[in-house]
Amino acid sequence: MYIQIKNLTKKFKNNFAVNKISFDIEKNKTVGLLGPNGCGKTTSIGMLLGLIEPSEGEIIINNKNLQSYKRNELLAEINFASPYIELPKKLTVKQNLEVYGRLYGVENLNSRINEISADLDIKSFFEKNTGELSSGQKNRVSLAKSLINKPKILLLDEPTASLDPDIGDFIRSYIQEYRSKNQVTILLASHNMNEVERLCNSIIMMKEGKIIDRGTCSQIIKRHGRNNLEETFLKLARSKDEL
Amino acid sequence: MNFNKIYALGLRHLYLISNSFPRVLDLIYWPTVQIFLWGFISKFFTLSSDYYSNTIGIILTAAILYDFLFRASISFNMMFLEEIWSRNFTNLFIAPIKISEIITSLTITAVLRTLIGLIPASILAVPLFGVSIFELGLPLLFLLIALYLFGISLGLLVASGLLRFGPSFENIAWASLFFFAPLGCIYYPIEILPYALQIIAKGLPLVHIFEEMRNILINDLINYSDIIKAISMSIVYFIFGVIIFNISYSGARQRGTLINMGE
Repeated sequence: MYIQIKNLTKKFKNNFAVNKISFDIEKNKTVGLLGPNGCGKTTSIGMLLGLIEPSEGEIIINNKNLQSYKRNELLAEINFASPYIELPKKLTVKQNLEVYGRLYGVENLNSRINEISADLDIKSFFEKNTGELSSGQKNRVSLAKSLINKPKILLLDEPTASLDPDIGDFIRSYIQEYRSKNQVTILLASHNMNEVERLCNSIIMMKEGKIIDRGTCSQIIKRHGRNNLEETFLKLARSKDEL
Repeated sequence: MNFNKIYALGLRHLYLISNSFPRVLDLIYWPTVQIFLWGFISKFFTLSSDYYSNTIGIILTAAILYDFLFRASISFNMMFLEEIWSRNFTNLFIAPIKISEIITSLTITAVLRTLIGLIPASILAVPLFGVSIFELGLPLLFLLIALYLFGISLGLLVASGLLRFGPSFENIAWASLFFFAPLGCIYYPIEILPYALQIIAKGLPLVHIFEEMRNILINDLINYSDIIKAISMSIVYFIFGVIIFNISYSGARQRGTLINMGE
């Protein structure tokens, strides 16, 4: 297994944000992390990124424990994109990619920046300040930053939130294309069920800090007797018996 | 330490300054206003009273040195606050960069920000008021080092507060240096303070730095033991600042506040 999560727990005061969750992600697979707001998705991602210290449990990445191994060496192989965090607004797109490329120790940085900007079609606003971009442009730049180091693990938190269907489709298609050409393991947190069905090999459903179901999309839909993932999500999110 | 990463973070702040003329202007504006203000006040005192004769150089040199301390600390805080304001905190802390590299980068970049403000102001003081801080000679370098280390230490403590309490701690960032100003004996000798405050003031490197500055300018004597004491105290404060910063960072990871810190 490439990522192993064992009994991962995060307790804030008396509240369990994440409560003894365990799951594995195989190398080069895409796993969806689903659940209603406040179910512990962001906290789980925060722990995987080393931003939040777990109260209990282990995160093992490629047989290395995130808590005890050299954190920086593991972080060099991980990256993250979310519309809820931003790149410095007063720096141009090119400057931001250069700064983050250097922070991640990317070799042949100029050629990598050119390659990723061509792929994501961001060259036309390369010299614009990041703060002046539209949501769709910002999302593409954020994705470019998250791929600048060719990460082996990519964590995506609602990568297409608040985007119009055209840009959303562009991002999803790009992720599919990127995954087919590169060795990358993806954990995707999303509220867009079509996106999850399209991108994920399997999904993990969370509620109130616990995992309440897991499997492929079709397995989960079938298990709960629903027609699609959206209906299944609603059933699981609203049910009081699933914990 | 990876110097490429230290450079990368420095580059982020250099780009920020170079992209914005108002930012450069802001860096130069306040030190220059300080020089004008204190220059004219000192000149008035000198001309109006025998008691204050020949104090213009002392007061203005003190104003320039205090501004150097102020700029060093504010520069460090500003760079940290920029990350919060731009909601870039998560990106920064998930990058493979060590805390020691972040501190080193901010410390080095703060020098540049400080000098951008201070050099024009110091040069202006020569033709306008006939005062040059370079009259302090070689000890000036040591006094600046002591001031800089203490300024960065305060910056580290404020940054620790920002990590602990979030952006609401911002106001403290601006107020922190004014808290030390009365105890620092910048414009007056330590004997002016009540005895109890003198004891506290002696625990700050500022007293030793500004006492030594007056000693050089008034008595034309250099007391290196005072300078060594000031630098040593600043180093101790710096180490203390680094420890507190690391504790705050660890606490922020425990509380999970790094992931969504922003305006």
